[in-house]
Amino acid sequence: MSFETFTEFLLMGGHALYVWLSYGVGLFIILLVYIQPILARRSIIQELAQRQRRDVQNNKVSNEEVAQGNLSQDKGGSE
Amino acid sequence: MNWTWFYKLGSPKWFYETANKLLPWFLWIGVLMLVIGTVWGLVFAPEDYQQGNSFRIIYLHVPSAILAQSCYMMMAVAAIISLVWKMKLADMFIASAAPIGAAFTFLALFTGAVWGKPTWGTWWVWDARLTAMLVLLFLYFGVIALKSALENIDLASRASAILVLVGVVNIPIIKYSVEWWNTLHQPATFTLTEKPAMPPEMWMPLLVMVLGMYCFFTAVALMRMKNEILLRERRTKWVKTIISEDIKR
Repeated sequence: MSFETFTEFLLMGGHALYVWLSYGVGLFIILLVYIQPILARRSIIQELAQRQRRDVQNNKVSNEEVAQGNLSQDKGGSE
Repeated sequence: MNWTWFYKLGSPKWFYETANKLLPWFLWIGVLMLVIGTVWGLVFAPEDYQQGNSFRIIYLHVPSAILAQSCYMMMAVAAIISLVWKMKLADMFIASAAPIGAAFTFLALFTGAVWGKPTWGTWWVWDARLTAMLVLLFLYFGVIALKSALENIDLASRASAILVLVGVVNIPIIKYSVEWWNTLHQPATFTLTEKPAMPPEMWMPLLVMVLGMYCFFTAVALMRMKNEILLRERRTKWVKTIISEDIKR
């Protein structure tokens, strides 16, 4: 270990600002890169599910099991 | 030789399922290596006799800079595949990798500036290496902008692939700028042919960080490609099944 105490570690030999600023922004960027696709996936799935429901309602004829599953959920199983 | 894997790669469904299986491995191994490398570099690596502790920025700066450049090279390979074989997945990779590449180019520039202040006495100089990295950032922005501006997917994929290939000239400029011109920036830390100038206690955490970055990149690129596949293959039956199963949960 190259530091005697925890305070010394935090002070980084007078370079605390530079070191912690770099690692702070680094952590932020890595979290951002990781979280962004998770949020995107959620909104994509919601949008596509909505579109599927709309398609089924427009067609009235549901020839796909998948779509039926969604519709019955949506309208409380009326179909 | 068996070429079926190449045709399979062209199948978004197969790719989606394989990505699902590989993703957690890349993600957790990557995160683990990044944590180990950071703690190792920040706490255990010896301090530099000239730069003191500010040198610890290297453990973030060099891996993100390496990743920023190799991400672009991967995009260039994908661009060729996309132009020649019209493989959809190659184009999806370009769309997915560009924002990640931009993020890590920004991080390399930012940590470089913060490191430059105590070491060179300035945040920024119009040094060849630094300027070429800034050009790389704008190339990434260009690809992202082109992708979002063009509605027609075929046109967008062709245009962005051409832009990526044109921008490849920048990569050797970044790499050799420290040799061609008198720059403030120091030469490469890692080369394939020579031993690093640093002692192993210093470069080993750096190597762990570089490998961790690659794993993390692979994981987030797969996550983004899965999103792209869902969007572009939304009319297929298997995607509809995934959507309806996911919404039930």
